[in-house]
Amino acid sequence: MKALKLTAVLLTLTWLSGCNTFGGTKTSEGEAVNGEVAVEDRDVNTSGIDGDNASGSDIGAEAQVIVGDDQYQGDDVLNDPNSPLSNRVVYFEYDSSTVREQDLSTLEAHAAYLGENSNVTIRLVGHTDERGSREYNLALGERRALAIRQTLMLQGASVKQFQVTSFGEERAEVEGHDDAAWQQNRRVELNYVGR
Amino acid sequence: MTKRWLATFWLIAIMLPWQAQALIIEITGGTESALPIAIVPFGSEGFSAPEDISAVIQNDLSRSGRFAPLPLSDLISSPHEKSEINFKDWRLLRSEGLLVGKISSADGETYQVQFQLFDVYKGQQLVGKRYQVPASGLRRLAHQIADQVYQALTGEIGVFSTRLAFVSVINQADGNKRYTLQVSDSDGANPRTVLQSKQPILSPNWAPDGERLAYVSFENGKAEVFIQEMRSGRRNSVAAFKGLNSAPSWSPDGKKLALTLSKAGNPEIYILELASGKLSRVTHNSQAIDTEAVWMPNGRELLFTSDRGGRPQIYKVSVDGGRAKRVTFEGRYNASPDISIDGRTLTMVHGLNGHFYIAVQDLETGAVLVLTELGRDESPSFAPNGRMILYATEKKGHGELAAVSVDGRIHQRLGESGRDVREPAWSPIRK
Repeated sequence: MKALKLTAVLLTLTWLSGCNTFGGTKTSEGEAVNGEVAVEDRDVNTSGIDGDNASGSDIGAEAQVIVGDDQYQGDDVLNDPNSPLSNRVVYFEYDSSTVREQDLSTLEAHAAYLGENSNVTIRLVGHTDERGSREYNLALGERRALAIRQTLMLQGASVKQFQVTSFGEERAEVEGHDDAAWQQNRRVELNYVGR
Repeated sequence: MTKRWLATFWLIAIMLPWQAQALIIEITGGTESALPIAIVPFGSEGFSAPEDISAVIQNDLSRSGRFAPLPLSDLISSPHEKSEINFKDWRLLRSEGLLVGKISSADGETYQVQFQLFDVYKGQQLVGKRYQVPASGLRRLAHQIADQVYQALTGEIGVFSTRLAFVSVINQADGNKRYTLQVSDSDGANPRTVLQSKQPILSPNWAPDGERLAYVSFENGKAEVFIQEMRSGRRNSVAAFKGLNSAPSWSPDGKKLALTLSKAGNPEIYILELASGKLSRVTHNSQAIDTEAVWMPNGRELLFTSDRGGRPQIYKVSVDGGRAKRVTFEGRYNASPDISIDGRTLTMVHGLNGHFYIAVQDLETGAVLVLTELGRDESPSFAPNGRMILYATEKKGHGELAAVSVDGRIHQRLGESGRDVREPAWSPIRK
């Protein structure tokens, strides 16, 4: 877990006002008006979370080959565009966390890979479409990710190989407000950590 | 069907360079039962005041939908205090209330403001006060005067001097998003950014003292709950367990926070005692999503969203746990509950044929009233006097805020150009 550095930008907007009343009873009105401050969190480094850096293809000649390390063996398989392992996203029906039949072969391949490479960790990131409650969707995204984890575990992966996260409807893959966009956004991303 | 007249009314708020862009409020539906009121522009003794106080008051009252301020051209004279009023003449205007006042300043820094509200028919003063404030306090003072006028004439508490919190999202040129948590005046003016992040911010919720916000931030790569003090900007993480940390809701006494945590493997409702950090689990349903708890005003029960019955519906449970009782039965999707201050009216997102509306349910009779029409509505939040509901909606692909009265007759839009705004939370009344 990366530590977050916070920079507190203190825009102290002193905004005080007097409370004098003249010729009448003292009232609480006109007293201190809020002085709020802005807090900015610095760019949070999310590399490895989005899977952008998961591909090792551009390591090229500079990659340090360590003989006997299973993980590099794995990289070749992971990066083979013809392997079912290259498929890193599975989709869901509306308000459903049921794994679809057409995704089972993809998940079987991932489960087998995880089973054979017990030191490999995968991050499952659940997402929903934009419809309905944001908080409910956050939970639904997690439920989808957990459904994928369950499927992979039933086929040989072990529980400690998983990180599960949900972004609910907050990170749409496709911006749009129609069925086509929603379909693309109801998904779980499978990101191999550090690959 | 009641005939509605459309009053289109724009308030262009003051924008300072360091501030976020102001929301623009437009009344999109009013009611003919609005009470006429005569508001005489405040006298300013030959100098130009930095804030047009009577205009702010007029906008507040007009925006509430409860008042119809008379047009300036109808005002027969320009009195600024009682001695200048001829009540006989004013009675011809058929306006029961008459508001006058004046503003002066000896040094250009401190301002003296006074107002008087009269019952024209009785020729009596209903309320009148004098104040001394710096220029920066004038706008807030105008809202406070509007609150007093509102209360004197309707008998209900005014909420013009409350604030709104909401999340604003900017799509940057590099394709990234910038999320900000903002706090504005109740009319959308004067927005301040209290938090900026490159990661999503969700579910702001006001402490009962109006001085702190709890919210969900993804700044560490997953949903975690923070509390931030408005004056100092100081913030701490209060829930960063494994799994989801989400949906914070302050208890009425401000000492506890209801939360959704999935650290035990499934989203469940917990109560966090803020002083001790003690955590108690409220729900135990490992098959279902339990989330979005809100406190009943009695502090002894929570309303929350659960799909334990197959689809999201709203349930009620004791803060000590135990059996939850289903509250919503109409429609297949009811979520995001909020409760009125008297505990009688529930507002929620109500799904109907794939569309999502803001609805209210009378908790005693169970009667449901759908308040909105667009069908892309979410995150309802009651005004602290229970008269209006603030919510998020979507228009032309942009998130924007809107408000509707609990009877569905008054509709307001709070637009902000070029941004997505969402997740509104109406502040409590500040002491």
